[in-house]
Amino acid sequence: MHSPKRTARPVARELLFGNLWEYDAAPESSPAFIDASYGLFIGGKWVAPKTRKTFYSISPRNEEKLSEIALAGAADVDAAYQAAAKAFPAWSKLPGSERAKYLFRIARLLQDRAREFAVAETLDGGKPIKESRDFDLPMAAAHFFYHAGWADKLNYVTPGRVLEPLGVVGQVIPWNFPLLMLAWKLAPALATGNTVVIKPAETTSITALKFASILQDAGLPPGVINIVTGAGDTGAAVVNHPLAAKIAFTGSTAVGKSIQRALAGTGKRLTLELGGKAANIVFEDAPIDQAVEGIINGIFFNQGHVCCAGSRLLVQESIANQVLSKLKIRMKSLRTGDPLDKNTDVGAINSRAQLDRIHELVASGVAEGAELYQPVCELPHKGFYFPPTLFSKVSQSHRIARDEIFGPVLSILTFRTPEEAIEKANNTHYGLSAGVWTDKGSLILKMSNELKAGVVWANSYNKFDPSSPFGGYKESGFGREGGKQGLLDYAKLKATF
Amino acid sequence: MRNSLGLRSLIEEIGGVDQVGIDERVAKYATRSIKKHAKVFGLKLATTMVDLTTLEGKDTPGKVASLCQKALRPHDDSDIPPTAAVCVYPAMVKHAAKLLKGTSVKIASVATAFPSGQSSLKIRLAEVRAAVSDGADEIDMVINRGAFLAGELARVQDEISAVLEACGEATLKVILETSELETYDNIRAASFLAMRVLRPGDFIKTSTGKTSANATLGNNQVMLEAIRDHFLATGVEIAMKPAGGIRTAKEALHFLVAVKETLGDAWLNQDRYRFGASALLNDLVRQMVKEKTGVYQAPYTFSESTTAY
Repeated sequence: MHSPKRTARPVARELLFGNLWEYDAAPESSPAFIDASYGLFIGGKWVAPKTRKTFYSISPRNEEKLSEIALAGAADVDAAYQAAAKAFPAWSKLPGSERAKYLFRIARLLQDRAREFAVAETLDGGKPIKESRDFDLPMAAAHFFYHAGWADKLNYVTPGRVLEPLGVVGQVIPWNFPLLMLAWKLAPALATGNTVVIKPAETTSITALKFASILQDAGLPPGVINIVTGAGDTGAAVVNHPLAAKIAFTGSTAVGKSIQRALAGTGKRLTLELGGKAANIVFEDAPIDQAVEGIINGIFFNQGHVCCAGSRLLVQESIANQVLSKLKIRMKSLRTGDPLDKNTDVGAINSRAQLDRIHELVASGVAEGAELYQPVCELPHKGFYFPPTLFSKVSQSHRIARDEIFGPVLSILTFRTPEEAIEKANNTHYGLSAGVWTDKGSLILKMSNELKAGVVWANSYNKFDPSSPFGGYKESGFGREGGKQGLLDYAKLKATF
Repeated sequence: MRNSLGLRSLIEEIGGVDQVGIDERVAKYATRSIKKHAKVFGLKLATTMVDLTTLEGKDTPGKVASLCQKALRPHDDSDIPPTAAVCVYPAMVKHAAKLLKGTSVKIASVATAFPSGQSSLKIRLAEVRAAVSDGADEIDMVINRGAFLAGELARVQDEISAVLEACGEATLKVILETSELETYDNIRAASFLAMRVLRPGDFIKTSTGKTSANATLGNNQVMLEAIRDHFLATGVEIAMKPAGGIRTAKEALHFLVAVKETLGDAWLNQDRYRFGASALLNDLVRQMVKEKTGVYQAPYTFSESTTAY
């Protein structure tokens, strides 16, 4: 136009994300201090399992054995409950300010040893070190700090009313955020004066077991927290033990339902935090690049092993092509591979079983006619890996739009009007979370009112705060974790006139 | 003359920017771990992208001469490449030309009543022509922020076109002065206003370095995304120059990570990306020497160092 010598070349308008400047391997080198074997942590001591059985925890990054873990049977779980029951009277009668001291101490010790725990979490669970370092560990400590603050203020949770502890609480936690879920469960239980028997998931027991050393260093009275390890049978023993005053479970909806059945008529309290198939809804007036970033974060964070993952993208038809092409560009610079590398964005799938499930559901998506896209990426030969994946042309009746995949797989659906977006978003068994992207504030409020989900993120996704209650609608469970409301699930409310 | 509705409809057309989202995105660049060969490559690349700058009232031909020598040979080690350009005031262009003509180092000159731009268009254009005729290869202009904020978008764009014409063959860098535009929406809108009249290879640039806030990973990202969207829509490759406030090699690498992950390999060269900086060069050199020798050298080891003890 101005200078004829420099006009646009008729280039293929494509960005090249090549290897001109390839990052060198940047493995985190801090030691994780994982013991060769672990017993059960009962009554403040390490004890051998009465079953005399053990199992191995392997690292999904390379399938190598990390540690030999005790397999707790019913007798071991019973010993844990006895220890917790023995500790309960003294612990529950401690002044709140004294319980707070322990919680503060635990939080600070966790901060002190954050790097070591982050490395252990990544080795055992497969999540990228940058996530365990920058999210899991700081957030776990934050939950202890937050609840430490509540311990001496329980009389102000519901003014004029008294919160009394429940007793011994049984907790069963999942493998996607092993230490963070432990913190979510333990911190409110301790703050309100309960004692605990907790079972980590069988593929990710290590950080829970390492956490026992923090409890010892903090001088927590023996029996206040007891850690038993094992798989489903151990979990069933925890859930069905007669001493349990309450069960808190985070995991799959199928197991949650069976727990609810088992507990019916027992008088035990129950909170369930189960699966999700969250809708992430993008309107045409949304800031597209930030929405794309939020979509990426929503589905590929922790390899999609997130109960509130934004696994169903609902995008307004008018911008669907634009969003799809921007998503594809963005996915080209995602780095999938060794979770211990500091530059890895998408790490290892937690287990062989989960990898198989993802493969099966992705195959069903292809078979049902959805269009698959995966960026070119070289995956490690050993270990469990799955490339970031998106499906376009997905309809509501596809399995990949209904079942929780719990992997790095995004299903893209379109809508035309806000009403249709609400219908589609709510057309699911689940109701844990949702995302709304629009520049229009009133639309955010309208959507939030209509969406059947426990958490709605506006122009953001996967934001967590210990002060914000987290929990679901429908088959995503009941009860809340975090916030003032989370305390109520660990206490009996008494009104005295 | 357009009113502010013009700005709103432009933003509607090109899409807005969410500040929280941008800041979250760029925070991830700073967590990239650049080690070993990747670090050396990045440091070297950044060195070749520096527009070594002096823009002071006390600049003299002597000061500019030593700046030119530094640009040609940043360190005794000949493995360390020359910078992309020196950047000086128009009055200093002819002094720089004596040393740099015929070398790989370009002469960039700020013009258009830098840094405020508060002069008549006629005078601003005359300044551009004078700098070019004195030997400037590149002109760093400032946009009319007053006109932009008053909603006179057409005027802003027409003035850029006029300066472009005055440049002739010289490359143009359009300084948006992001701190005065303030919002990311404005920065994106101003980027598009400029890019739509620029030639391939011309630059958009963050700041003059003369206000309190200069280049940040955030405004850099907004502008990189604008360049990407413009390229994908038109095929025109616009170049980018963050300026001011980037003082350490580590920061420079974070900016390059943003380029790599937003625009890709085609922008990782001095024709498509520059750093407007002065102190940055010696830190890049210092880090490169450290990578080679394993130890950090004292500040006085490096010529033109302003850090001493």
